[in-house]
Amino acid sequence: MLRRSLNRLLGGDERRVDNRTIYIGHQSFPVNEAFIPPKFCDNRIVSSKYTVWNFLPKNLFEQFRRIANFYFLIIFLVQVIVDTPTSPVTSGLPLFFVITVTAIKQGYEDWLRHKADREVNKSTVKVLENGEETSKESEKIKVGDIVEVTENDTFPCDLILLQSSRDDGTCFVTTASLDGESNHKTHYTVPDIERDLQSLSATIECEQPQPDLYKFNGRMHIYKNDQEPTVRSLGPENLLLKGATLKNTQKICGVAVYTGMETKMALNYQGKSQKRSVVEKSINAFLLVYLCILVSKALVCTTLKYVWQNKPGQDEPWYNEKTQKEKDTNLYLKMFTDFLSFMVLFNFIIPVSMYVTVEMQKFLGSFFITWDKDFFDPEIQEGALVNTSDLNEELGQVEYIFTDKTGTLTQNNMEFIECCIDGFQYKHRGACSELDGFCVTDGPVNKLQQKAGREREELFLRALCLCHTVQVKESTEQARSQGEDCIDQVDGLPVEDEALQPPQEERGFIASSPDEIALVKGAMRYGFTFLGLESKTMKILNRNKDVEMYELLHVLNFDPVRRRMSVIVRSRSGDTLLFCKGADSSIFPRVRQEEVERIRMHVERNATDGYRTLCVAYKHLSEEEYAQADEGLREARLALQDREEKLMAVYNQVETGMNLLGATAVEDRLQEEAAETMEALQGAGMKVWVLTGDKMETAKSTCYACGLFQKRTELLELTVRTLEDGGRKREDRLHELLSEYHKKAVQDAPPVKAGGSRGRFFGKQDYGFIIDGPSLSIVLSSSSESNSNLYKNLFLQICQNCTAVLCCRMAPLQKAQIVKMVKNCKGSPITLSIGDGANDVSMILEAHVGIGIKGKEGRQAVRNSDYAIPKLKHLKKLLLAHGHLYYVRIAHLVQYFFYKNLCFILPQFLYQFFCGYSQQPLYDAAYLTMYNICFTSMPILAYSLFEQHICIEFLLKNANLYSEVAKNAMLRWELFLYWTLLGVFHGLVFFFGVRFLFGNPALQDNGQVFGNWSYGTIVFTVLVFTVTLKLALDTRHWTWINHFVIWGSLAFYVFFSFFWGGIIWPFQKHQRLYFVFANMLSSVSAWLVIILLILLSLLPEILLVVLRKPRGPYARKLSEDDLLQSSRLQPSHHCPIST
Amino acid sequence: MASSYKDEDGHISVKKPENTAFKQQRLPAWQPVLTAGTVLPAFFIIGLIFIPIGIGLYVTSNNIKEFEIDYTGLDPSSPCFNCSQNFSWNSTKPCTCSIPFYLEQPYESNVFMYYGLSNFYQNHRRYVKSRDDSQLNGNEESLRKPSKECEPYARHDNRPIAPCGAIANSMFNDTLELFYSDPNGTKTQIPLTATGIAWWTDKHVKFRNPGGNNDNLTAAFQGTTKPINWRRPAYELDSDPENNGFINEDFIVWMRTAALPTFRKLYRIIQRRNTMVPTLPRGNYTLEVVYNYPVRSFDGRKRMIFSTISWMGGKNPFLGIAYITVGSVCFLLGVILLFIHHKYDNRNNNPDISSN
Repeated sequence: MLRRSLNRLLGGDERRVDNRTIYIGHQSFPVNEAFIPPKFCDNRIVSSKYTVWNFLPKNLFEQFRRIANFYFLIIFLVQVIVDTPTSPVTSGLPLFFVITVTAIKQGYEDWLRHKADREVNKSTVKVLENGEETSKESEKIKVGDIVEVTENDTFPCDLILLQSSRDDGTCFVTTASLDGESNHKTHYTVPDIERDLQSLSATIECEQPQPDLYKFNGRMHIYKNDQEPTVRSLGPENLLLKGATLKNTQKICGVAVYTGMETKMALNYQGKSQKRSVVEKSINAFLLVYLCILVSKALVCTTLKYVWQNKPGQDEPWYNEKTQKEKDTNLYLKMFTDFLSFMVLFNFIIPVSMYVTVEMQKFLGSFFITWDKDFFDPEIQEGALVNTSDLNEELGQVEYIFTDKTGTLTQNNMEFIECCIDGFQYKHRGACSELDGFCVTDGPVNKLQQKAGREREELFLRALCLCHTVQVKESTEQARSQGEDCIDQVDGLPVEDEALQPPQEERGFIASSPDEIALVKGAMRYGFTFLGLESKTMKILNRNKDVEMYELLHVLNFDPVRRRMSVIVRSRSGDTLLFCKGADSSIFPRVRQEEVERIRMHVERNATDGYRTLCVAYKHLSEEEYAQADEGLREARLALQDREEKLMAVYNQVETGMNLLGATAVEDRLQEEAAETMEALQGAGMKVWVLTGDKMETAKSTCYACGLFQKRTELLELTVRTLEDGGRKREDRLHELLSEYHKKAVQDAPPVKAGGSRGRFFGKQDYGFIIDGPSLSIVLSSSSESNSNLYKNLFLQICQNCTAVLCCRMAPLQKAQIVKMVKNCKGSPITLSIGDGANDVSMILEAHVGIGIKGKEGRQAVRNSDYAIPKLKHLKKLLLAHGHLYYVRIAHLVQYFFYKNLCFILPQFLYQFFCGYSQQPLYDAAYLTMYNICFTSMPILAYSLFEQHICIEFLLKNANLYSEVAKNAMLRWELFLYWTLLGVFHGLVFFFGVRFLFGNPALQDNGQVFGNWSYGTIVFTVLVFTVTLKLALDTRHWTWINHFVIWGSLAFYVFFSFFWGGIIWPFQKHQRLYFVFANMLSSVSAWLVIILLILLSLLPEILLVVLRKPRGPYARKLSEDDLLQSSRLQPSHHCPIST
Repeated sequence: MASSYKDEDGHISVKKPENTAFKQQRLPAWQPVLTAGTVLPAFFIIGLIFIPIGIGLYVTSNNIKEFEIDYTGLDPSSPCFNCSQNFSWNSTKPCTCSIPFYLEQPYESNVFMYYGLSNFYQNHRRYVKSRDDSQLNGNEESLRKPSKECEPYARHDNRPIAPCGAIANSMFNDTLELFYSDPNGTKTQIPLTATGIAWWTDKHVKFRNPGGNNDNLTAAFQGTTKPINWRRPAYELDSDPENNGFINEDFIVWMRTAALPTFRKLYRIIQRRNTMVPTLPRGNYTLEVVYNYPVRSFDGRKRMIFSTISWMGGKNPFLGIAYITVGSVCFLLGVILLFIHHKYDNRNNNPDISSN
């Protein structure tokens, strides 16, 4: 046992190979002479990070791992240890504030997790123990317990289904909370299990827990009365996952195999990898600059201090002697502590609060996306979802969009259009097909040319009826759902709206893919109705209204690699038939070649029309063939290791030598406003790449339909077809083509300036590039390294000069490869991936920003995305309006923060030249502390949440505005320099303005003089007002919140200063500011200098705004305002509220 | 685990977002547009307001009369040369010198007498913090146990120093007296008022003598010792009990540390007694200095300044000049902008019109 646990502790590899053995009901068997009850973890779910005891140390440790926090901690410690000018409170308090707020936030989140955990852990569960039903708390379930679950309950742990209340040994499950797929999935009991579970003695051998939700390998040994144990294979269809919900089944019993933190759900719960935005990188770069400024300031001051002190009488005049301790200190140590002291004095130049403000801005700002009602889709009753708020501003920086086709550009709402049997076209006529397939009429088959042989026709339709995994919803269920509670069942979502009820017909079928339903319904139109699957028997109502029965022997499941699926059925007459349907490329090589040509024509025509095509084939299996296949399948299914590969081999072996029956065409309509969205995105200077697994023709037509390719776009194709044109080696041809295209698109074309959309209007030739998967893999993995790099470069250069790029026949991994390639190319452009299916997850994870569409292909894309939107059309507003605004907001926030701290600290630095480099702070400690926390933080936060320098409507109408902030335009070094110079200018004005005023410190009308604290307070007052008013000048969108916060901050400053100086503070050692502020206000000169300096500081800013205006974005805004004003009666400046 | 957490989220997103102005980012907003049109008048207005203010300030400042005497005595010809050369902390006999001067203009209103020090770093950090405000506030405990900040001026001869600290220790202790020499040769001393020179709040709230309203200050300071450089203990600073001890105004003024190394502090006020006679008529005066305060060691200077005061305080041409400058710049910018705006507008409007 020790070894076992040791093994488990050591390398994960060993664990993976290791199987676990589970004794159902904890029965021991004489078979195993040394029965050691294996140790598994209990069913307690711990998603919380902290406990009451370790919260403080653990949380603090984690917080101080951040560089910034650590830096501030160091500063704080220096202040505590070394004799520094400012008390430790000045930096300790903000740090404490930040740490506390973060800790409270994290603590609260953890408390929520604790609560959720407790709810899950303490819920009662029925467990069969020694023949009795006992109630247990969920957390006490052990591996091997037999658990009973009733309808609509969630499974408390991962269970192997032993018994179902349904007769056919199945149960229905919805995994909505796991992967969002709300359709009902069928799970099966292990065959040959006795009804009486108590007398069941069996063991389960299965793999160690692994996170893949759709993989499970296991074996059950059933012992019956000293017989050789029977072995049953267990697959994912036997496994009920924790978190899934039991539907349509009264109750089930299952044995716990994985519990607690080892359930697949728990293993899947992990934080997504951190994506960092460009703004964050800019912040870090700026921070480095400011750190350099800080260090150099401290160095300059330290050096000058010792130069100054060298003059006799300066260091220690008679009026200011040092203490004995100071005299004794080593000179170099003193220099070092002096340096540290200066660092501490100037450390406010790197603000703690910036991190808090940026975090808050991102967190709060992301709510506007979730709140946007334009993102609400009435069909699925959901709005947008924000999974990470770290990337808000990145939405305004996108240069490349990678989009999936099916479900993203198109609706993934399939409709059967036509089919082709033996080369004859069958088209279902009638405008009724427009009405969402509402047409129930058993419309006559339109014979366009001739009919194929009746036998072939019927065989084809039977194939459509049989070769699928569609389930028919039970009539009782249907009645019930129509009756009392009509909210359930449809999609697991409450459907309140009458209009949202899917049409009667559609309700009948449940399937994981909409294609299948479309096909089954298509067959229904031609007279063959699928009635359902009952205990391995499929029933079909044929044209003569007879019920045909087929015994379902095997389902060879669909997978994206094979791109086909098959069923093996046995008809009443005893014939064993294999029906197979799949993509043409995967079917054609597996059928007799003479049949292919006739059908290929149709398939290609259909594909050009933008339909999804599937080919249908069948095969008679002789007894021997079937026996062989059956044997192979069973064996492969029982395999514990490499089951997938083994199964695949058997599948491939079985699915050969088939007869081609025909092909189907299913239409997948374009998403609403797909063309407009694409046009807007291209207008905004983004390059749109379509990455799809679909055929080139289908994808191409979709691209034309949504306007990515135009009539006059010259298409550059790099596909298997063009590569094989010359009949030469592919690679030579590839080289040739690439150079040719490169010459065409890159060398001959004038260089594209930012905002590629312009080319469109000035008659420049547009290029579209098409590449397919196989060609891409040649490009990416050429035989020689140098060639590969060359090809890659050529390929990228061509693509960068094309308006749209289409990559078809892409495997999911290839999609990610392309994204990665573009992401890492020169200039590292910001990429965005958008998709709805599991096959898009890899590219969603790879891109800078991943967007999931809440489509019909389950929720995997949504779960892995950074943002999820219901429809493609929402992307336009998400990028053009939200993204643009977020970027402008946060960019301004960052620049402003650095600026305001520079002009805060610069006077303090300059003051050192007048106080003998003695680290005397200019401002009082309270001001030093509060400046960033209270006086100047709120206005910029409000600005960064509410600013709309351009109206949302206007942003949406003028896509090209987006390109104005492209490439991190507002955080470029020039602008950073501008802000820095502005800060320096302001700092100089503040300091020297007051310095000249203090040439005569008798500033009161009673002749009394002001001291150093008055000096600092005047500078500080000018500072606070200038910095706030500078923001006010930049604010283009004054909501009441901005007014409140900006004027409120200033009022608060005045109020606080009065308050702070109005009392002799009992716990303060110094009463430095006692009545300083009030006395300052009683001096007319102080007033006058404050007003003068504020105005002088803002003067260049105002001047610049006026001069810059005609070229900036404001000009457009202005013309828009003019337009609006002319169309409105009142010439008010209010933002138009759209109707 | 995460499921219930997630469900909550899911539940929220099921709800249709509220159509409120706030959530839809449609709060009514004022959208100011800074254009040449709106800014130009502002420039002119600023110019028009600032220039008169500047002129007013400048004139006011110019009308303030100021007279300054440097009595450091560095120059051998200076009357105070001897005193400055022979300075010793231990000398018991005060060194006095008298500086004659001639006032060319009569001073009509109240005259404020300042002493000025140069190269004296009252704003040095070690110096600024070397005080105990709670001791100065009359706290008995701090009187006996001065704060550590006062080191090395906290204790002397094992007795606490009151008032402690470097600031107090180095209090300016020259005595300045002014004599008017009548044309007929008689010298009359001009009365100097020693009160009203410190901030009211300092004198009445921030600074308090120990022992409350106890009349016997000597007793209150029992057990403490005077600052090392002082010639008298704190309770002997003035004969007036309202101006003695910690609430001595000379002391309070000194304790308000100056902002810059060259500074002036209010020393005395010469009140105007008679509306008919100028406060200081034109004529010959003598400044009698009891030279106690050494500045030579740190290259300092000592000055005595007479100044009248206006509503803006002492003489300072800076504000007036700055206002005039900024006002003129604004005005000038206004003119330039108007010119540019005019020209630019004409050019800019043409394509606009054609595009419309």
